[in-house]
Amino acid sequence: MRRFFLIAVPYAWLLALFLIPFIIVFKISLSDLALSIPPYSPTAKDGIWEMFAAFDLENFTFLASDDLYWKAYLSSLKIALISTVLAVLVGYPMAYGMARAPEEWRPTLMMLVILPFWTSFLIRVYAWVGILSNEGLLNQFLLWLGIIDTPLTIMNTTTAVYIGIVYTYLPFMILPIYAALDRLDESLIEAAEDLGCSRLKAFWLVTIPLSRNGIIAGCFLVFIPALGEFVIPSLLGGSGTLMIGKVLFEEFFNNRDWPVASAVAVILLLILIVPIVLFQRNQQRQAEVES
Amino acid sequence: MSQPVFAPWDDPNEKPLIRFENVTKRFGDFVAIDDLSLSIYESEFFALLGPSGCGKTTMMRMLAGFENPSAGKIELAGKNIAGIPPNKRAVNMMFQSYALFPHLSVWENIAFGLKRGDMSKADIAARVEEMLKLTRLTKFAKRKPHQISGGQRQRVALARSLAKAPKLLLLDEPLGALDKKLRQDTQFELMDIQESTGTTFVIVTHDQEEAMTVASRVAVMDEGQIIQVATPGGIYEAPNSVYVADFIGDVNIISGTVKPAVDNIYHLDWVANEAPLLAASERPFSDGQEAHLAIRPEKIAISTEKPTEMKNAVQGTVLDIAYLGNLSTYHVQLAGGQVIKAQTANTRRLSRRTITWEDKVWISWSATAGVLLER
Repeated sequence: MRRFFLIAVPYAWLLALFLIPFIIVFKISLSDLALSIPPYSPTAKDGIWEMFAAFDLENFTFLASDDLYWKAYLSSLKIALISTVLAVLVGYPMAYGMARAPEEWRPTLMMLVILPFWTSFLIRVYAWVGILSNEGLLNQFLLWLGIIDTPLTIMNTTTAVYIGIVYTYLPFMILPIYAALDRLDESLIEAAEDLGCSRLKAFWLVTIPLSRNGIIAGCFLVFIPALGEFVIPSLLGGSGTLMIGKVLFEEFFNNRDWPVASAVAVILLLILIVPIVLFQRNQQRQAEVES
Repeated sequence: MSQPVFAPWDDPNEKPLIRFENVTKRFGDFVAIDDLSLSIYESEFFALLGPSGCGKTTMMRMLAGFENPSAGKIELAGKNIAGIPPNKRAVNMMFQSYALFPHLSVWENIAFGLKRGDMSKADIAARVEEMLKLTRLTKFAKRKPHQISGGQRQRVALARSLAKAPKLLLLDEPLGALDKKLRQDTQFELMDIQESTGTTFVIVTHDQEEAMTVASRVAVMDEGQIIQVATPGGIYEAPNSVYVADFIGDVNIISGTVKPAVDNIYHLDWVANEAPLLAASERPFSDGQEAHLAIRPEKIAISTEKPTEMKNAVQGTVLDIAYLGNLSTYHVQLAGGQVIKAQTANTRRLSRRTITWEDKVWISWSATAGVLLER
């Protein structure tokens, strides 16, 4: 009986917060646009049987026929992927530096990584507008240094989106890598050196493989939210950046086409299931090794 | 046929493999190694023994290349090795934590060092197989370190550090993590492996029994200095100071002033109203010099009657009896209040024991049983 409850609680959680909302969204994606409240038909008011009979996959075939959508998916995948790689390149050295810092410094450094979370995400992204725009701090600084003559156009380009995503999700990359590196036994590095490795080779053969799980966890934690990101591309990316999160928002609020928006969301979720399952596997395997 | 005695340290023509020459190591204000000189010879099994914080691990880390001496020099086969990084030294180390790579199998762990050289794949495989056989790990080659027992891990660490056939193998508390029974078996295994490979071993330990069992010579350290270097027998039977005598095994220390008698025999006045004790000493003492007589408990006999043939006999009361199965240790309180430990082998059954608590007994020893020490 106790066992039943132990299992029932997480499943009830999953049911209430994931499965039921998903079923609702999925149901809307199967219906048609209508000028009514709610803005789609059929609904349960038309009778359960009639409702099921009227469901079709029209919205999904529409998504496949209009190249806007698959281009947006591909572009999102590309942006999320490149941002993840950039976040590893920026986050790994930071995590490594934190793990190697003197013991008394580590809580402070950790604090500095977490500190941005104390400010609203929206305000922080807006702050980047002030930094990156043509009259922004960055351009003014570079002009003052004399490195450039004309302001760089960063705002409203994909570059700004990369900067925004890497900046926002960096702590999610740093923390799991730091956790992995912090656990790393210093004597393993010494053993590798003792057995004939140079510092660099020891880093490559021991430090990197042993922090692999941290890197993988960090990558998923950046990739998964970055794929569906909406705020950053709409604030920093301008009209030129195509991302599925933005398309979803526009379908929903500008076109008020809930069924198509729901279909976009369902496909996005299906795409995300792959990395989420892989992420869970990685976490599980790590837990097994540690036990 | 008697085997030749292995004692290169007594041969003035023998070149030491390792030479510490006035080595000092400081960490900030803390002096870890204080102007220390030491020679270790090829094929030796050398033990650095001392309490934690005595500098023995620092010595080992300097040999491995993880630390450099602040002053003085360390020679390996005649060459100064200061400044040479650990990966360029023909020295391998077995770490206290074993430091096995958790992401690699037993086989890959052993092959790790070999792959760093320019050995061919076939040679590496042959060498790893040889090491697996030597350490009886062939069956576990494919397992990861977390899938084998502590004793097996210890053997993997040993195989890995021996695989490159180093000139010198350093062992940092190699048996510390094993339970007592396994530790004893492993000690003999280590000795066999050391003998069959002919590698020079330097072992760091705080366990005096372990040092005595495995080592050809033992260096007893304290506060960054070497107090005595000698064979296990030498350290035990002829310690050069009260510190060494007390650190190795059980000992009774009787302090007093000496008066020369005949030849090498001295009288030790140790307490008022008692006859002086007789002790032989190779080391000369002057009249009235303060001295400490160190006697091992097993060299002291205990009896109910006053023994006639022994030079030293003192009466006391049995305070405590520690029964260890094969041995019994009697704590005997003398008239002056000092407690002396005397040990006897239990060759008879317990029920036949004649001495019990509160008995008046005589403890006795010969003039050569103890060592007279200056400090």
